[in-house]
Amino acid sequence: MDFDLSEEQSLLKDSVERLLADRYDFEARKRHGRGPHGYAREMWQAYAEQGLLAVPFAEEDGGIGGGPVETMIVMEAFGGALVLEPYLATVVLAGGLIRHAASAEQRAAWLPGLIGGETTYAFAHAERQARYDLADVGVSARRDGEGWILEGEKSLVLHGDSAERLIVSARTAGSRRDANGLGLFVVEANAPGVSRRGYPTQDGQRAAEVSLSSVRVGPDDVLGTPEGALPAIERVVDEAIAALCAEAVGAMDRMHRLTVEYLKTRKQFGTHIGAFQVLQHRAADMFIALEQARSMAFLATMMAGEEDARERTRAISGAKVQIGRSGRIVGQGAVQLHGGVGVTMEYSVGHYFKRVTMIDALFGDADHHLARVARLGGLIAA
Amino acid sequence: MDLRFTPEERAFREEVRGFFKENLPEDIRRKMVDGHHPSKQDIVTWQRILNRKGWAVPNWPVEWGGTGWDPVRQYIFLDELQSFPAPSPLQFGVYMVGPVIAQFGSSEQKQRFLPRIANLDDWWCQGFSEPGAGSDLASLKTKAVREGDHYVVNGQKTWTTLAQHADWIFCLVRTDSSVKKQEGITFLLIDMKTPGITVRPIQTLDGGHEVNEVFFDDVKVPVENRVGQENKGWDYAKFLLGNERTNIARVGVSKQRIRRLKELAAIERVGDVPLIETPRFAEKLAALEIELKALEMTQLRVVAAERTREKGKPDPASSILKIKGSEIQQATTELLLDVVGPYALPYLPEDEEADHGSNEPPIGPDWAGPAAPTYFNWRKISIYGGSNEIQKNIIAKAILGL
Repeated sequence: MDFDLSEEQSLLKDSVERLLADRYDFEARKRHGRGPHGYAREMWQAYAEQGLLAVPFAEEDGGIGGGPVETMIVMEAFGGALVLEPYLATVVLAGGLIRHAASAEQRAAWLPGLIGGETTYAFAHAERQARYDLADVGVSARRDGEGWILEGEKSLVLHGDSAERLIVSARTAGSRRDANGLGLFVVEANAPGVSRRGYPTQDGQRAAEVSLSSVRVGPDDVLGTPEGALPAIERVVDEAIAALCAEAVGAMDRMHRLTVEYLKTRKQFGTHIGAFQVLQHRAADMFIALEQARSMAFLATMMAGEEDARERTRAISGAKVQIGRSGRIVGQGAVQLHGGVGVTMEYSVGHYFKRVTMIDALFGDADHHLARVARLGGLIAA
Repeated sequence: MDLRFTPEERAFREEVRGFFKENLPEDIRRKMVDGHHPSKQDIVTWQRILNRKGWAVPNWPVEWGGTGWDPVRQYIFLDELQSFPAPSPLQFGVYMVGPVIAQFGSSEQKQRFLPRIANLDDWWCQGFSEPGAGSDLASLKTKAVREGDHYVVNGQKTWTTLAQHADWIFCLVRTDSSVKKQEGITFLLIDMKTPGITVRPIQTLDGGHEVNEVFFDDVKVPVENRVGQENKGWDYAKFLLGNERTNIARVGVSKQRIRRLKELAAIERVGDVPLIETPRFAEKLAALEIELKALEMTQLRVVAAERTREKGKPDPASSILKIKGSEIQQATTELLLDVVGPYALPYLPEDEEADHGSNEPPIGPDWAGPAAPTYFNWRKISIYGGSNEIQKNIIAKAILGL
């Protein structure tokens, strides 16, 4: 039982925090967000140079062989700076699918460009009707000689407007919500038949609606078996949830610190407002919510690599519930204690609030995951 | 970072559990599972079994019977003890006055008291709170005046848990009223048989007799029963309260209560459906389990950090453990009320020293009896040991710097 970071992990944490302290304060973030893709390509290159894009990949694939703890370190720092670049979409989601489902030849073909920062990816999975059901996929993949033809609509594809490559889930067999019959297909974003409508999201990031009209995919661009992709999707989504938990903790931690600082400096009635007990107790409640979230983010990190899918899922879902609930307590509290300035676009605290609110809505909100924990018989061993 | 227990730690857990299985008398375990209070004799019997094994006072210095376990093993031991469930060794001796005597007492006091605390030959109770000194403990007024080789003590203590069984009481008393309130307090050990001591029971909402008022009327206490220096008692009290807080989350207790809730909610039916399968109840239970899991992880973070902390200096984060730990324990009692439904109503208070499973037939399911009493009784958990509001003050000041 040891919560301390190793020497290499501490170095990673220091280096990513230093990079963000130098180049990602709130004003810089505003500039980064005005870039053509809604993020800064030069920051993406900086992450590549620091090896951040290599974090979860095996050394033989050109990665640094990091695990969930290393991803947690990066994502927590990113949460603290409200980083806009497509790390979740490219490294965690698409990178995770490639790690778990791709052949050695495919990894050799794709990972150097991903790790080097030349190619960004997006995971085109969600659909209008699916809500949070990962098996609910209507986009179809039908055989076409050696290859496949994709048809249908994907929605809320994170960073789907700027990605060079899309990993598209599609149904090769079965009916719409069947667990079997899903495949994963790697598609060039500018391939004939792909059209994308990009838009900003509430948290300052980007997403796209993606339409696939007779899109041809060659046999080498299928990940794993074309009927049995759901376990890999579930696993990668669990890893993404663990990463989002860490990001949320980074964001909540910063929000809480901003709030405590404000309580110490803002004066009303002739004194610092932090002298008022009712505000102290609200700040204490926020702190408790933050630390409980941090504890569950640790649990999610510990369990993200668990092979037993049931045990992994229970823990990950439990963590997502805690993050969602803590996000409300910390986020609403931070805005309330800041008063009017908390609801303005020009001040940072509201942007943290928006990000943690959107994190709750990604890959299942607190209610969705609570129902899942209940169905799986809870978290405390019988 | 490795958040798993090591193979040695897992083996230790197995060893502890194995010992409990073999040595805890079944009738005591049954009482605990059913949510009844163990009797005085149950607590004594069990603590002596632990003491023969060398496990009655694991947290003490090794020369006085401590086990020398690191904080993780101390935690595992308590977690197993609580979730088994087995009675805790008597808190007031083992976790409160024992460590204070071991740290600050004279060598005569150590030899005289510590072995008898470990074996529960002496039952101790705690004389801190007073009618006018609750959250503001340092404002206590019970007075001790030095007369030759004695102090003469006058005043009143309250909320004194199980004083009706006690041989000794450790007290904070005022020895100097002319200085800052924290600087005029002395820590005395008082024999409950001394003339002038009166114990009056206070009945709690569950109908039980757990707490008392203790009155002191010209009670003579030999000077050799003072711990440490005169007027330094507040320092020793802070040390004591710091030790108390490390186990305040009682994660193992809540784990056991949740296991029990699951058993009972699987028996109880709403129409044809077991209560545990109704979505509303299942989600309330799952939400509580998530909170408890988070608390367990927080507790382990505090425990892991303890390895590098100075003894007796509590992590201010332990205030989180107190707040969440009490809220979760209380929530388990609310869910049990949900489970028993209308059979919360009958009021049949326990005779503390009688065997349970008495001659009277139960009303409703035989497991329903303790639900409402426990719900009412456990409201105390967010009040004692520094109320949750005081804990928030501690967080605001000691952690947030407000």
